[in-house]
Amino acid sequence: MTTTYPRHRSNTRLGPLWLLAGLGAVLVAAVVGVTTGPVSIPVGQVSRELLDRLPLIELESSLSASEKAIVWDIRAPRVALGLLVGALLAGSGAAYQGVFRNPLADPYLLGIAAGAGLGATIAIVTELPDVVAVIDPVPLAAFVGALAAVTTAGTLSVRRGRAGSPTTLILAGVAVANFFTAIQTFVQQQNSETLQQIFAWILGRLSTAGWGEVRLLLPYAVLCTIGMLLSVGALDVLSVGDEEAATLGLRPRTIRRLVLVVASLAAAAAVAVSGLIGFVGLVVPHAVRLVAGASHRRVLPLSLLFGAAFLTLADVAARTIQAPAELPIGVITAFIGAPFFLVILRRQLTA
Amino acid sequence: MSSQDVHRAHPSPTDVRWSGVSVDLGTHRVVHDLDLHVPQGSWVTIIGPNGAGKTTLLGSLAGTVPYHGTIDIGSHDGASIGHRERSRLLAVVPQHPVIPAGLSVFDYALLGRSPHQGMRFSASADDHRRAAATLDRLDLADFAGRPVESLSGGERQRVVLARALVQDAPVLVLDEPTSFLDLGHQMEVLELIAELRVERCLTVVCTLHDLTVAGQFADQIAILDSGRLVEHGTPEGILTPELISRHWGVDVRTEVHDDSTVSVSVRRRSH
Repeated sequence: MTTTYPRHRSNTRLGPLWLLAGLGAVLVAAVVGVTTGPVSIPVGQVSRELLDRLPLIELESSLSASEKAIVWDIRAPRVALGLLVGALLAGSGAAYQGVFRNPLADPYLLGIAAGAGLGATIAIVTELPDVVAVIDPVPLAAFVGALAAVTTAGTLSVRRGRAGSPTTLILAGVAVANFFTAIQTFVQQQNSETLQQIFAWILGRLSTAGWGEVRLLLPYAVLCTIGMLLSVGALDVLSVGDEEAATLGLRPRTIRRLVLVVASLAAAAAVAVSGLIGFVGLVVPHAVRLVAGASHRRVLPLSLLFGAAFLTLADVAARTIQAPAELPIGVITAFIGAPFFLVILRRQLTA
Repeated sequence: MSSQDVHRAHPSPTDVRWSGVSVDLGTHRVVHDLDLHVPQGSWVTIIGPNGAGKTTLLGSLAGTVPYHGTIDIGSHDGASIGHRERSRLLAVVPQHPVIPAGLSVFDYALLGRSPHQGMRFSASADDHRRAAATLDRLDLADFAGRPVESLSGGERQRVVLARALVQDAPVLVLDEPTSFLDLGHQMEVLELIAELRVERCLTVVCTLHDLTVAGQFADQIAILDSGRLVEHGTPEGILTPELISRHWGVDVRTEVHDDSTVSVSVRRRSH
């Protein structure tokens, strides 16, 4: 007996069309990012140049040496950094919203922003020397600060080896964030001459000097992306709440810990190289959810892709609107993100 | 596994036994030294006034409430059994199920296959077949593509039941499966459970607060009052005007039918 069930179709799989749409968005953003700037380089020539770099393909590139340098040493690394940071922020936002089953959760919920802010502030005011010649101490200190904050919040919510409820964890995060912000504000007040530098970091930016930042971020991006993608099924089971998920064979608290470790690592790494870019971790997963449905099998991979595209395009806006001056990218993400989000939200309401 | 097996492969019947079980919530003892055996393939309904500890008792079985004493699920000790193994033996229909926003009926039912899936919880073709067959059996095929949250109370209750059945566990645990349903839908859901229990040889452990229907759907009835198991026996023996008056403080009339089921009707207190 072979029965077919035409209406019985799962609606949670990441279909090829969704995947293509996401990859297409990334590609468009990357091309726009590499071709836009004070020196205009036509799309055709840039794509020739890019294709030429691929193995087994040899194309005559008509770019001059200086144009090549602009593409390879200035724009490409910045685009790559934007893609990575955008993907990590949006992906970890989706993961946070999943484990807390709360659409208002974002990667900064457990004190990552405050911790990174404190770390960066200390590095800036003490003028820490470069630890290794290639590593700027500010991202390193921000990374350590972010992980210190989220670890403190996580540890405080554990009692006798038993993990606390999501609410306990969130409240611990709020307390830790406030504590770290208090110290950060104090340090900042004591060193008012560095105020502008600190503020510039807090508002976020994607400035690069060659491929160094990308190289720093890449291992975390790869590891965390794999980790987050492996957890999508568990996050879907968790969507019925801890008690029911437990009766379906899941260990809710263990899963929550694991996903939070991976997502926090992703956010901390992103924040370390880019400063505090807000809105991406909240808006991108939301927009994806409204369009593609609530399953994490779709929300998480699509958040990674559309987050990457969104932040790269936001960065293009940040460096062209007031060129040659640069706007803080956090301003752009909120300025574009908020109305964009409202449009989707309203369309959903009227549908 | 071939498609025929979908309708055949149900696990072997399993019994459930509470032995000297106590549950403390904070410093308050809510279940006292309780012994109760639910033989394999039987239906035991636990009734009792509000706050008697019925939900807590089911929680101890489901592994969501810590307890003292022993609970055996078949040959397994409830205290040492793993999450996953327990979820293959017990399917739980909670009193207030959490319905994820936007999830379709089919995908919700498919969540019931989680205990049988790997760490990534990916559904196999067999999982899809089992979910589809169960939705058909419960007359939910027409709803398969609709969001669960858009359904009425009765339909939703059937969908939650479908998820539990898709688990293919030998023991079905139901916490007030008929609360919020009108009388017609209450009977519909309970009759469905009764049919499925026979079809699949399920052991049913159920709590109900509605005495009017409790006596018609159980082999045995247990009365829980203030955390103590005070009466236990056949519906005929337990649902008597004397016992109901003692534990609920109401006057009732009972009617024992030819098949030994009992209907209870309530009379207003004279004044």
